[in-house]
Amino acid sequence: MGIATEGDPRERENRRGSPDEMEMKVARFSRGKAANLGDLRDKKLKQQLAGKEKLIGVSAKAAAQAEKWLLPSVGGYLEPEGLEKTYRFEQWSILPKVDIWSSRKSFDMILPVLGPYTLEYTPNGRYMIVGGRKGHIAFMDMLNMELINEFEVKETVRDVAFLQNEQLFAVAQKKYPYIYNRHGTEIHCLKEHGESLKLQFLDKHLLLASINSFGQLHYQDMSTGEMVANYSTGLGRTDVMRVNPYNAVIGLGHARGKLTMWKPTSAKPLVTMLCHKGPLTAVAFDKGGHLMATAGADHRNRKINIWDLRKFEVVHSYAARAQSLDFSQKGLLASSNGSLVEIYRDCGGQDYKIYMKHRMVKGYQVGKVLFRPYEDICGIGHSMGFSSMLVPGSGEPNFDTFVDNPMETGKQRREKEVRSLLDKLQPETIMLDPNVIATLRQLKKKEKKTKKEIKDEIEGAVEAAKNIRVKKKTKGRSKPSRRAKKKEEEVLRAKRPLLDQHKEASGHPDKKLRIGNDTELPKALQRFAKNRQS
Amino acid sequence: MRVKVISRSTDDFTRERSQDLQKVFRNYDPALRSQEKAVEYTRALNAAKLEKIFARPFIGAMDGHIDAVSCMAKNMNYVKAMFSGSMDGDIRLWDIAARKTVCQFPGHQGAVRGLATSTDGDLLISCGVDCTVRLWKDPMRKMMNTDDAIGDASQPSAVYTWKHAFWGVDHQWDRNVFATVGAQVDIWDHNRSEPINTFEWGKDTVLSVRFNPGEPDVLLTSSSDRSLTLFDLRMSSPARKLIMKTRCNSVCWNPREPMNFTAANEDTNCYSFDSRKLNEAKVVHKGHVSAVMDVDYNPTGREFVTGSYDRTVRIFNYNGDHSREIYHTKRMQRVFCVKYTYDGTYLVSGSDDTNLRLWKSKASEQLGVILPRERKKQEYQDAVVERYGHLAEIRRIVKHKHLPKPIYKAGKIRRAMIEAESRKEERRRAHSAPGSRTMQPFRKRRLITEVE
Repeated sequence: MGIATEGDPRERENRRGSPDEMEMKVARFSRGKAANLGDLRDKKLKQQLAGKEKLIGVSAKAAAQAEKWLLPSVGGYLEPEGLEKTYRFEQWSILPKVDIWSSRKSFDMILPVLGPYTLEYTPNGRYMIVGGRKGHIAFMDMLNMELINEFEVKETVRDVAFLQNEQLFAVAQKKYPYIYNRHGTEIHCLKEHGESLKLQFLDKHLLLASINSFGQLHYQDMSTGEMVANYSTGLGRTDVMRVNPYNAVIGLGHARGKLTMWKPTSAKPLVTMLCHKGPLTAVAFDKGGHLMATAGADHRNRKINIWDLRKFEVVHSYAARAQSLDFSQKGLLASSNGSLVEIYRDCGGQDYKIYMKHRMVKGYQVGKVLFRPYEDICGIGHSMGFSSMLVPGSGEPNFDTFVDNPMETGKQRREKEVRSLLDKLQPETIMLDPNVIATLRQLKKKEKKTKKEIKDEIEGAVEAAKNIRVKKKTKGRSKPSRRAKKKEEEVLRAKRPLLDQHKEASGHPDKKLRIGNDTELPKALQRFAKNRQS
Repeated sequence: MRVKVISRSTDDFTRERSQDLQKVFRNYDPALRSQEKAVEYTRALNAAKLEKIFARPFIGAMDGHIDAVSCMAKNMNYVKAMFSGSMDGDIRLWDIAARKTVCQFPGHQGAVRGLATSTDGDLLISCGVDCTVRLWKDPMRKMMNTDDAIGDASQPSAVYTWKHAFWGVDHQWDRNVFATVGAQVDIWDHNRSEPINTFEWGKDTVLSVRFNPGEPDVLLTSSSDRSLTLFDLRMSSPARKLIMKTRCNSVCWNPREPMNFTAANEDTNCYSFDSRKLNEAKVVHKGHVSAVMDVDYNPTGREFVTGSYDRTVRIFNYNGDHSREIYHTKRMQRVFCVKYTYDGTYLVSGSDDTNLRLWKSKASEQLGVILPRERKKQEYQDAVVERYGHLAEIRRIVKHKHLPKPIYKAGKIRRAMIEAESRKEERRRAHSAPGSRTMQPFRKRRLITEVE
């Protein structure tokens, strides 16, 4: 069923592609608009840039055309007929209609003793690791549906995270995070992180990020072992942490409803935003990087907000509560609330409408929902074990062997590890907009005027003031001395605002001003300053 | 309800037998690759570093001459052959691949100043300060017949004695005519013992001569009266003359744009001219810290090599104002002649220390047969370095060239001098009446007049 067959009319339609569709594809591959070369005066540069633009166009077109033939699989779908609604379909009604292999992927694993469970997938979606709160770690191959290894650490497990591949994973335990290999052998104990609550691995930077119970954020380089950064958030204990896959910025949700975004090279958060008025319970980032979902309490009513990260504005707000949120590769949003798992779908304009519902057995508390990459599956970690449900249309149907390969062989895995080390990004490359690398810094809108310009301006203003015709007045108010005085006043008035600029530009600002604004006074003297320094 | 979920059967996505190649699936969607630019930048940085690590341009020295190497000639039909002449009258044929002398051509009494081969490669012409021109028939004989012992090639097929010492020789591209220079410019036929034509413009010595590769009757000379002169064999008198402030030691036509030529000047710069428009240089190639002695173009016409009195060999882009590459060794003395091989991959320099040196044209290029995958990788690396080359970190790595201390210091002093001069000029202009001092671009500053 994965490989498209010629007979299926829907897939044929997908393949054909109208010219409009082709254009859209080309636009996607050309990664933004072409530069405007019209204003360039340098002929040589213009020609070079035009050549480059042409190359970009050609390669985008080639990629778009190749896509038509290269992609072997089409995505999943769930379509109602007649008066049916997709959110009414239960898992048991879907399972008979899909192939046997897929129906096996939906399961419930009841493990009542060591729960509640959290889970994590490798980026290629092949392996899963589950961690039970009371110390149960299980490492599974989800392709062959087999348990590779399981062991008990006999202390609290708060979170699990895969490192660069499935050979190593980190587990946040009672006092410290530990690193284990696939055989369950303890490799490292990361004492510096302290009692970490949440772990996230930045796979391009090979950084392990953790937030501990004191609200300290740690970044540790997993290739060199160096502690890259250690920042105190100062906003208290939190276990709401998510990495934005688009730019590797870490989002932390705090108890007072604040969300902060962090990078390893700045001790202050990049962004602090007040998302909710009560505690933030969950956060998730879309793959495209421009969309964020947060869940939290606003007064008494719980809300899920969808944010546009380019404008830092709420796009939509829904009255719903969620303990956990996750975006899928194709943009579906999963949320969990008590024993209910809900899947939302974008119905245009980032308006998320309910797509599927899945109710666990009453009394189960769902702790984590997570979409499995490159599959139409959502994993659910709950208080009585872990489950997985089918969510048609959630995963990317076509993988790239050199990006993430679910069918990876040992040799390919080793090759990829070497590549990832060679292409390891430095922590400095983490920034809100990852596309500004190698671009020119934008000129500031308001350019400072040069000395000469200010001088000219003053002269102009003085001339204009001198040429003002004074009304003729009676009773001695038009005496030459009066008129001269008036003119002088006019000139002064015209000059005054420009004189300050001139002083600033010439490097001799007023002494008073200098003390007031620029220099930092000693603490004891601050109270004498005009504007008290904070 | 219509439903479909992603379902991949392992058989469709993995190879059947272990002898098969692994199946590869591509999805070029940018959404799958986050932070592309950062990754690409990192690759560019690594590629730039690797390029520096692998930069080993020096292949070997070829010793054998017992006096300074004064001139060289290459043979179009034998890529690995190189002729060299030295100050003691010795002429040698070198096998570049083996880095050995194949044979010698004895006979000259004083220094050999000019060497040239005919276009078909069957004739070697040498001239020197002993006022003779010697023609050597079939000079490649020894290279072809390996059974002959290394030794003297033969007697010259002709020896023409003339009135003055010679400074250079060049063969015409399509006929049996060659030109020698010295006190005057002489045009010779292979079979005539006296020149068929003689040009003279002024009394000063002519230093170098080159025939135009596109227009066979046009030749260019540089002489010690600081002039560059264009001659046309179809006319009885020289065509045009450009006088500069300092003399040019050597000239070379661009083989792909035969209207353009580059002159190696005494004032440490090279000047590229359009021969139709001699009132200004197209590009001034700066960088050397002492007189430039010789210049030779890559057969592709995209770059040329210069050898200088400052003991370095530099490679310039045909339109680049600074050198792309600087080659030097501890033992290399003043460079008198440089040549690109005809495949554009290697350079040969001849210097005062009696050695010929063989260099790679691209310092970090891998020699030998390169597999397609290696080549693609190399192309990708070059492309990313070019794309991100403007960024400070990468530019610093790419631009960094280690120089011997004396050359580095001399360069620094030169820059200080130029800066001081321009500062002074600026001040002069600021303190004189507006418009009274005109700014002359550097492309014109070193030229004096053009004479028709």
